[in-house]
Amino acid sequence: MKGLAVFVPALAIAMAVQAGPVTVSPDGPLVRKLSEYNLFSDLASLTPNDGVVPYDLNSPLFTDYADKYRFIWMPEGTSATYDAVETFDFPVGTLISKTFSYPSEPGHPEKGMHHRETRVLLHRTSGWVALPYVWNEEQTEANLAVAGARDDIEIMTPSGDLKEIHYIVPNMNQCKACHENQGALRPIGPKARHLNKDFAYPEGAKNQLSKLVEEGYLTGAPENPADAPKLPQWDDVHTSLNDRARAYLDINCGHCHNPKGPAFTSGLDLTWMQDDPRQYGVYKPPVAAGRGSGGHRFSVVPGHPEQSILLHRMSIDDPGSMMPQLGRTIEHAEGIQLISDWIASLKPDEFDHLREVGDGGDQAP
Amino acid sequence: MKSTMLLLIAGVMPLAALAETVQFEPADDIQFKVQEALILAEPGTTFEFAEGVYKFNMGLSLDVDNVTIRGAGMDKTILSFKEQDAGAEGLFVTSDNVTLEDFAIEDTKGNAFKSNAVENLVLRRVRTEWTGGPKETNGAYGLYPVSSKNVLIDGCVAIGASDAGIYVGQTERVIVRNSRAEYNVAGIEIENCHHADVYNNVATNNTGGMLVFDLPGLPMQRGRDVRVFQNKFYDNDTPNFAPKGNIVGKVPQGTGVMVMSNSNVHVFENEIYGHRTYNMLICSYLSSGVELKDPNYYPYPEGINVRDNTFGKGGWQPTGELAEAAALALGGKMPDIVWDGVVNPEHDGGEMPAEARIYIENNKKDGEGDVTFADLDAAALVLSKGGDASKIEIKHDLAAHAGSTPQPEPVDLSGLE
Repeated sequence: MKGLAVFVPALAIAMAVQAGPVTVSPDGPLVRKLSEYNLFSDLASLTPNDGVVPYDLNSPLFTDYADKYRFIWMPEGTSATYDAVETFDFPVGTLISKTFSYPSEPGHPEKGMHHRETRVLLHRTSGWVALPYVWNEEQTEANLAVAGARDDIEIMTPSGDLKEIHYIVPNMNQCKACHENQGALRPIGPKARHLNKDFAYPEGAKNQLSKLVEEGYLTGAPENPADAPKLPQWDDVHTSLNDRARAYLDINCGHCHNPKGPAFTSGLDLTWMQDDPRQYGVYKPPVAAGRGSGGHRFSVVPGHPEQSILLHRMSIDDPGSMMPQLGRTIEHAEGIQLISDWIASLKPDEFDHLREVGDGGDQAP
Repeated sequence: MKSTMLLLIAGVMPLAALAETVQFEPADDIQFKVQEALILAEPGTTFEFAEGVYKFNMGLSLDVDNVTIRGAGMDKTILSFKEQDAGAEGLFVTSDNVTLEDFAIEDTKGNAFKSNAVENLVLRRVRTEWTGGPKETNGAYGLYPVSSKNVLIDGCVAIGASDAGIYVGQTERVIVRNSRAEYNVAGIEIENCHHADVYNNVATNNTGGMLVFDLPGLPMQRGRDVRVFQNKFYDNDTPNFAPKGNIVGKVPQGTGVMVMSNSNVHVFENEIYGHRTYNMLICSYLSSGVELKDPNYYPYPEGINVRDNTFGKGGWQPTGELAEAAALALGGKMPDIVWDGVVNPEHDGGEMPAEARIYIENNKKDGEGDVTFADLDAAALVLSKGGDASKIEIKHDLAAHAGSTPQPEPVDLSGLE
């Protein structure tokens, strides 16, 4: 058994040599098959090719309990520029991939994973493009599906419930809905605060920012990762409830609900950096929530999750009203619990100054 | 003449030579076929949907410029979203120079059609409908272009929206004409727009027929230069079925035309009747008693001209808390034209500048008597601030509102026709 474990990486390396280097054309036609990038020396097991670095995030976006495998690659001799707040400035040619997978047998990841889709963000000369690739049943290839896809599949939630879901692969236009910022597409996850954590690389655990620097993929980062911002893990109970809730809102909502994002018209800013409670929803009336308000008056009512629009929109699955609008088809029970606990923990007295008479915002004669 | 013809042909030929036409017929796997084609379309493509019902279970989106989507008629080509379980819209457009014509969008979970930040949009003979009648669970908007420039809505039909049937928001240069809005909460709504012409439309059986609104807290403000003329607004008497929390949820059942906080709005030569609360209301957002925190918002309706309209039956059973209170003071019945009387305090005590006044002239009453009017002297505002009710003086004198201000220039969208 041990021998096999040693043998597999060796085989992978051998295959990597066979597969040739990663191939990314920043100007050519769209690549139809995931395998053509040579990102992986073994596609089905997502074994990275030379120069392809795996990573994950402190707190990830919820997408119907899918497991996600993220990788990044940059052309030789190029690197991204560090930024403490925004997405790093990645060079043309950068390829970021995220593969969404579920256990082949619900609840039994040890019996193997079934990949559903791989989303590729490619920095072309003309800007970033978002390309969805859908895996075949045999798991031998993933094909470009510009219009997305859907599949009825069975999954097991962390609480052990079996659920039938309509898994939806977003189409290229829908990719833009989340990734667009000031009119241009850009990655969401690769920001200092999301990446600042250890990852178990084959050669051992290491901070991801340090690893990117070491690979030559990142310049300008603080020498000590402790000097870079870091989000908590949303489900790490040893961290403060407030920080975990704000981290969860940042990654699940803040890409749209920020002053430069597509949801700027709502006036709600759910990014980690926002420290004005009114801006992140406390006693903030909706602008055009329509039916989405659930009849409630404010996004967040301290002490009253049951009266808060924010929690309401997380807790429903009506496509006309739910939030986020894309990326989930079912409720995230654990996330709902977190946000509910957080709103319940906010003490009304501390926010009284935000409450003004007649603050309904939705009255007409 | 001849040289013009030649020029036209020369202008059209290269386009016609390049343009591709893609045809669809109803099929089982239509969702991905259509969506893929919309994504991969080259600018200049025309999509033709043959007669039939096309069933979609997810929203569609278009982000390619210069595209036309055409059906075989609004009652023949039907994009049905009855089985929709993903996507907040039926069709969402984010590209410029798009024309949609001759089809219907039915039973979407959210808005039927939405476009955001586009230029030169034409919606011609498009129907949006929730086929189960007016219900709170219907999607919010039928036709919903927002934050755009140059929008032409011509010959469209909107039925059953739980907010507005035809809604244009935060847009510069709008024409809504020859269209019909029925059984929506708001029939036609122009909100925070600059330069809009609304004419030759019919709005009936909505809760409110025609709303010209300016609301605070939105990126585009100071809604102004709107002409509403030669329309029929009648029997907009459907009980309000908007979900709670919606501003249109506050529109009283039986409202014909409501102008709120806009400037330079001309309402003329319309037929307005059959509204139990207000045939015509001019008001300020302030009458709601809401404290404003948007320093850029101008809440006063100014330069409103109401002339040459024909009013019929109205105001016989005012509905809604404020209207009922006002009606009590007016003897139980609401006049044809009601102004809440809220003016910018800067003008208090002095002469109102000509461009800030309310002008009401030459309106006719179909049936007995004359057109009736009330200026509520800011009663709602005074009372909400705990003011002295005895000082409120409701006026009925139309002579004080004689005159007019110049109309805004007609909206010119001839480039889109």
